Amino acid sequence: MKFIKTASAIALALSSSALMAQELEIKFTNLTQGIYYTPILMSAHDDSMSLFSSGTAATPELQMMAEGGNISGLVTLLEGVNANNAANPAEGLLAPGESTTAMLSTDEGNGYLSVVTMLLPTNDGFAGVSGWKIPTEAGTYTFNVNAYDAGTEANNEVINGAGAPGALGIPVAPGMDAGTGGTGVTTEESNKTVHIHRGSLGDDDLTAGKSDLDNTVHRWLNPVARVTVTVK
Amino acid sequence: MTISYKNQFARKGTWSAIGFTILLSACGGSDNNSTPEPVTPTPPAPVTYTYEVSVTNLTNAQPLSPVAVILHNEGALFELGASATVALENLAESGDNSEVLAQDMVLAGASGSGVIMPGMSDTVSVSLIDTKPMMLSTATMLVNTNDAFSGINAMSLENMAVGESISLRTSSYDSGTEKNSETMATIPGPAAGGEGFNVERDDVDFISMHSGVVSNDDGLMQSVLTQAHRFDNPTLAISVTRVE
Repeated sequence: MKFIKTASAIALALSSSALMAQELEIKFTNLTQGIYYTPILMSAHDDSMSLFSSGTAATPELQMMAEGGNISGLVTLLEGVNANNAANPAEGLLAPGESTTAMLSTDEGNGYLSVVTMLLPTNDGFAGVSGWKIPTEAGTYTFNVNAYDAGTEANNEVINGAGAPGALGIPVAPGMDAGTGGTGVTTEESNKTVHIHRGSLGDDDLTAGKSDLDNTVHRWLNPVARVTVTVK
Repeated sequence: MTISYKNQFARKGTWSAIGFTILLSACGGSDNNSTPEPVTPTPPAPVTYTYEVSVTNLTNAQPLSPVAVILHNEGALFELGASATVALENLAESGDNSEVLAQDMVLAGASGSGVIMPGMSDTVSVSLIDTKPMMLSTATMLVNTNDAFSGINAMSLENMAVGESISLRTSSYDSGTEKNSETMATIPGPAAGGEGFNVERDDVDFISMHSGVVSNDDGLMQSVLTQAHRFDNPTLAISVTRVE
């Protein structure tokens, strides 16, 4: 019995994508009407690495990305495990309705794809996929991505330029379509692990109210992004 | 229910040409009684491709406009991030599916029998003769919104065998052609009775996922909608079956 198990484990390992270098074309599409994405990080890595996992607290590196759009910590983390990265393919923000495409050559052993990017304007909302197994068969594979809450900052929905980890507030509303004078929606974040984002509340008063966000512009429903991977 | 068969005429041209030749030789034969009656070969029976599309409304209080189902070999109903066609704008703002059904790319199209109330279903059958369609698209408006629609965009039918069925759940899109003001004057559904199609495009002018309705109860004072009209994805359950 033990022998059979080992044999099938070897068979699995041989058929696994982890042993092949691959050429990938990765397209990321912003499906929202009013949310911008900060510099996107796409990475092919091995199974020792996980950028995020629902129900697990965010790493400090993920927090940096989710609260301020800073991917440098995650890039360092991934370079430490010899991942293949496409960092910031859109060369800046990805506006609503826009797409960006990156080519990624993966090394042997880097059989898993992760993509992460922060949603603006949010406190610590991000979209992404963690550890998607890259198919070995050539073809085009499309999947939709949901919005997550990093669980590291209260969703107060106040735009005050705060993007550093631990600083409460939203860095910016790139569409220049948000308000001011919000008193803050909440100071609590009850679920401190990564979880599906409950969405922003917003309000209809651009100079007062609880939120600086516009409830007709800055809300969303999942899915918020689409990833199309072409395996060459 | 309207069914049109635009593409069959191209193929029919070939067949009537064959028919014409046979007819000529038959005439020739009838002039001369000594030649035996020619055997008229039976033309191959026309092949009909029929698909049944069943649409179920999964929302709480968003009636759906009559569903448009089209078969096509090229094009798409829409492209995310791109401007809506005027045909789609019409459907998404007023629920009128006639322009979507009349688009050039449509090989065969059919309309649902009427409005699909929440929790209800409608089944639409669409057929094409002699040409196997490559793609199927379907769309319907969530009528208690400014310009929300849901459906299937250019689903491949290529590998679908007779009797086979595909079930899927669809999300809602925003046509981007009318601002989501949610006012009584701009929502055509029973919650408001306002205007449907308006040629003006006062919104972002690209198609995205819909962000849902806010409603008066959830903080949009000008909204005619209540908490009951809010919706989440998915909004439709659709099954497509190739019946012949």
